[in-house]
Amino acid sequence: MWRWDFFWSILPAILNGFVVTVHATLLSFAVALVIGLVFALARRSPRAALSRPARAVTDFVRGTPLLVQLYFLYYVLPLAGLKFPALTIGIFGLGLHYATYIAEIYRAGIDAVPRGQWEAAAALDLRPWYLWTRVILPQAIPPIIPALGNRLIALFKETPLLAAITVAEMLLVAREIGDEHFSYLEPYTAVGLFFLIASLVSSAGVTWLERKYGSVEAAI
Amino acid sequence: MEASKPPSDPAIRMTGIKKSFKGTEVLRGVDLVVPAGRKVTFIGPSGSGKSTLLRILMTLERPDGGAVEIGGEPVWTVRGGGGERPASAEHLHRIRRKVGMVFQHFHLFPHMTALGNVSAAPRMALGLSRADAEDRGRRLLDRVGLADKAGAYPAKLSGGQKQRVAIARALAMDPEIMLFDEVTSALDPELVGEAVNVLLELADEGRMTMLVVTHQMNFAQAIADEVHFLDDGRIIESGSPDRIFREPSEERTKKFLDSVLAYR
Repeated sequence: MWRWDFFWSILPAILNGFVVTVHATLLSFAVALVIGLVFALARRSPRAALSRPARAVTDFVRGTPLLVQLYFLYYVLPLAGLKFPALTIGIFGLGLHYATYIAEIYRAGIDAVPRGQWEAAAALDLRPWYLWTRVILPQAIPPIIPALGNRLIALFKETPLLAAITVAEMLLVAREIGDEHFSYLEPYTAVGLFFLIASLVSSAGVTWLERKYGSVEAAI
Repeated sequence: MEASKPPSDPAIRMTGIKKSFKGTEVLRGVDLVVPAGRKVTFIGPSGSGKSTLLRILMTLERPDGGAVEIGGEPVWTVRGGGGERPASAEHLHRIRRKVGMVFQHFHLFPHMTALGNVSAAPRMALGLSRADAEDRGRRLLDRVGLADKAGAYPAKLSGGQKQRVAIARALAMDPEIMLFDEVTSALDPELVGEAVNVLLELADEGRMTMLVVTHQMNFAQAIADEVHFLDDGRIIESGSPDRIFREPSEERTKKFLDSVLAYR
């Protein structure tokens, strides 16, 4: 049943898939952090021309399955003449999806900054750029770093969906090996192990972040 | 005061100011003129509208009715083109720059050192270089007696020290008008003195227009050229501290002073 020599022989290929998975995770997360902040700021803008579209897009993205979004981007964008590599589309799709959740986390962080901080900044005549980059976000972000870390782990565990749009991440690699050798036990076990190890390591990382960023003062 | 303005323009002119919060009228038509350089205190029961008055002057609140002029310029409208139009954001920034405010709960930036707090606005709002802003910050911290706390974060400072940093932070913008909103109310009694002394020294220098809301009657008396008693959203009585505290003419002023001075 279980063949160790087969297991060891496929590990390098699975490891290559793992590298793609990590690569896609980190880039998607970076996209999500940036777009999520844009969503969060746009949604609280007093200008309806900004807040309404932001709300509509986030509701739409959150209300539809990630897999459908990935298929849509992968199969429909080329019809509009926009051709991108599958990995690029996957990173953008995952990033956009997670941006809508991360926007909520930013919102919670921003709302937790006391009103007095806004008023003090106004009394000192700080312009919006400095208000946000030097006063509000430096206080809003440290407390939400653990929550962001948890989202990163969740995103990591959703990367196998990218197999559906032909990205050669770990799951797709494993399936191809299985198809080739008519043996799926070892490749899928390897995938599970890689995910488990990576999740355990990143959970430990999040625990560490929680200890480090428990409060604004501790974050300095 | 700008050179183009006649010297007769008061620092502050408020006419018929009204403000409600969720249907509760907090200010019911306040008229107030404060000549440049004058020290004015506002006393009165909690909820009488004193703090709201200062918050309107800082443009943290917009009045529902009435007009505010600072240095002869309307705050919420701009004159010109044969009429008045709503003030631009730029206009509000220009007005705001003339006014500084110190809050009851300090509102220091917790992620910056004392020096960072004091030098932040000169760098970000006035465009000073880091060196110049920190130079100014150090001088101001020295002035409030906290030169040795420049590198300390607010969490490590006492209430009185925090409030003195907050005063230095407001002074760093070199405002023409300073607003002090119950700046001693959140302090332990033994720490009130240090903040009060800083304010009395500031007042003695004379140049700045100062508006002080306080519940410390002896402080109100010591710092003021003029005292206004507010109750229920109106200025009930105004006059020199000597007259208001010794022989108030309004019944409500008497009652208020009797109750707060009774157990002094």
